[in-house]
Amino acid sequence: MTAISDRRQLAYVAAQAAEARVNIELETEGMTLNIGPQHPATHGTLRIVARLDGEQVIDAYPVMGYMHRGYEKLTEVRTYPQVTTLVNRIDWLGSFCNEVPFILAAEQLMEIEAPPRAQHIRTILFELGRIGHLTLFLGDLGVQLGAVTPVFYAFRDREHILNQMEAATGGRFHPNFDRIGGVKDDFPAGWIAETKQSLQKIRDFCNLMEDLLFGNEIFAARTRGIGVIPADVGLSYGLSGANIRGSGVDWDLRRDAPCGLAWDQAEWKVWTHPDGDAYARSWVRLQEVRESCSIVEQLLDNMPAGPIMAKVPRIIKVPAGEAYVATENPLGEMGYYIVSKGGLTPFRVKIRSASFNNMSISPWLLKGTYVPDVITILASLYFILGDIDR
Amino acid sequence: MTALQLATNIPWWGSTGIKVGLGLAVVLAPAGLTVYLYLFKMVSFMQSRLGPMEAGPYGSMQLLAEVGKSLQKEDIIPAKADRNVFAMAPYIVLMSTFLMAVVIPFGPNALFTDLDTGVFFALAVSSISVIGILMAGWASASKYSLLGGLRAAGQLIAYELPMVLAVVGVVIQAGTLNLQQIVYAQIDGEIFGFGGLGLPFILTQIVGFGIFMIAVQAELTQVPFDMPIAESELVSGYMTEYSGFRFLMFFIGEFATAAIFAFLASVLFLGGWAVPPFVMDILGIDATSNWFNVLGPLVMASKMLLLTFVIYWVRFTFPRLREDQLQKFAWKVLIPISLVNIAITGTLKVAF
Repeated sequence: MTAISDRRQLAYVAAQAAEARVNIELETEGMTLNIGPQHPATHGTLRIVARLDGEQVIDAYPVMGYMHRGYEKLTEVRTYPQVTTLVNRIDWLGSFCNEVPFILAAEQLMEIEAPPRAQHIRTILFELGRIGHLTLFLGDLGVQLGAVTPVFYAFRDREHILNQMEAATGGRFHPNFDRIGGVKDDFPAGWIAETKQSLQKIRDFCNLMEDLLFGNEIFAARTRGIGVIPADVGLSYGLSGANIRGSGVDWDLRRDAPCGLAWDQAEWKVWTHPDGDAYARSWVRLQEVRESCSIVEQLLDNMPAGPIMAKVPRIIKVPAGEAYVATENPLGEMGYYIVSKGGLTPFRVKIRSASFNNMSISPWLLKGTYVPDVITILASLYFILGDIDR
Repeated sequence: MTALQLATNIPWWGSTGIKVGLGLAVVLAPAGLTVYLYLFKMVSFMQSRLGPMEAGPYGSMQLLAEVGKSLQKEDIIPAKADRNVFAMAPYIVLMSTFLMAVVIPFGPNALFTDLDTGVFFALAVSSISVIGILMAGWASASKYSLLGGLRAAGQLIAYELPMVLAVVGVVIQAGTLNLQQIVYAQIDGEIFGFGGLGLPFILTQIVGFGIFMIAVQAELTQVPFDMPIAESELVSGYMTEYSGFRFLMFFIGEFATAAIFAFLASVLFLGGWAVPPFVMDILGIDATSNWFNVLGPLVMASKMLLLTFVIYWVRFTFPRLREDQLQKFAWKVLIPISLVNIAITGTLKVAF
């Protein structure tokens, strides 16, 4: 565990930010800088409208919606099994994790429970999705801060996870594997041993990143004390995932809101960091990758025997009712609120995606920072554009 | 017939033509070599990929392909840009590189001009590139370019100082500002009475060498000091609006300047074109031998490749600093250390 960073430095940065807000009347003429919608740092089409005084940001707000694809509306004209194909594309790096809460909510309405082996397979693929997602975050963080090399290692080592996903589900990015009542297939022969080897590669990658990035003086100088989110502010903006755990709030839906998946059958720990700065958020994600590796390994060792599919009617009609199920996705809390009127299709689906809430804090957070820190903060908040705009 | 006699026997226009051709070679050949060796290949191996492999054996002709591509591209000038200034900026950046090459000695007679104030001249003309970068940043009529240009100006001015102060130690030890005389001073030097290695000033000026290389990294706007370009923040900084041949000029300027600074560092700290005196004894030649006009450029090239290797190694390993952290580092760390270095060097020079 790294040492808690200097509190005085955090106080100094907060004071600087406050000063920038007070000094607005002294400023002569600001410059409005549009960061995006086409910009190397936003990896997607996010637009940040920033008013600058020199290099300091007086005021910044995000403009979202350039990639809105209307998934909530599209689900209303799809049958329940068809929806998983659609929601795969919301957070495209952790595709499988998007399917699970929707399927769980539908199962809850139909009062079906998947057999234990199916729940194990779901959990394992869910955690593999998280590993693939967050390894890319660690590499991408380096690029945003100017170190180009880590991202190549990230892509190289994420490939092991993608190969395992492909071997199990047939899809590298969009598995579309989860079904109401269970999963599509069992694991192929030899998959478990191969996955364990891949996890070792990811562990090595984590150690490499710890040396290459987290142990670097310049990295610490660029992230320590930058973008500090106090716990109460973070909670009031509805942050979730590593962003709120980086502020010291011990809150993880995998542990705190069990939804039938097999997380309670493994020994693991929820990592938090008291600082709430960009370094803390990144560090928490690094530890989460390691923790996920350990979860997957334990679950692979204790696979229960049995069927992978519960008894489900051929034509799926969900009884009338409402259900909300949320899981701890790589980016944070992701939930589906399903309203059913008893037909073949959902009557209404509300998707609560993590990135939208995580981004909503950016106007508060970006005030008084410098332009380079804008990029650091955006990288450490970690959003996927599909997850913001849906 | 020595090279000097040869040069006096051919007419003025002939020697000028040779000098211009060699000047182009001195700037462009190291740039092309380092781009291929380091930017294309070494970095690829660092990043677990192969780099260019198709153009020519082992991708060695890739550079020609890139140059050809750049020449074919449309030369876009933004509608609101200040056209003349925009067009002129890359030439000024490249001009400072060529001017620096003028004073660097590659052998006893293999040099363009033997200035008595060579160190002073080289460091002075290296700052001209700031003007070109500021012009590019301002004339592009782009906010990213403007931020990049202003960052570059602040950074290059801040790092000019530690660079000059780091060289002062060498100048005190050699007792001359003439780059050729600095090389001879390193050949004639002795380490506690042992003259076999000469005295490359890196041994006594290791602090100065470190500060000089850090300042070079900042002057070249390479990571960890690449805020003027900063791909993830400012798209491409002052180069954002440039395309085609003008972008190529900036690109060549960047890599050629790295090579020229490495030449300068090897003259100041690594003994320049000379090999250690005991090697000269084995070869049976002395420092003024005509052989060094042939051997010298090769020695310089190998030393340049060594130093540029370090430059690009650092470039592709570290994250970048923030603008204010960079300024703090220059004014609060590098300049005090280099002043102390000067004081100690001066004291020891008087004492011994």
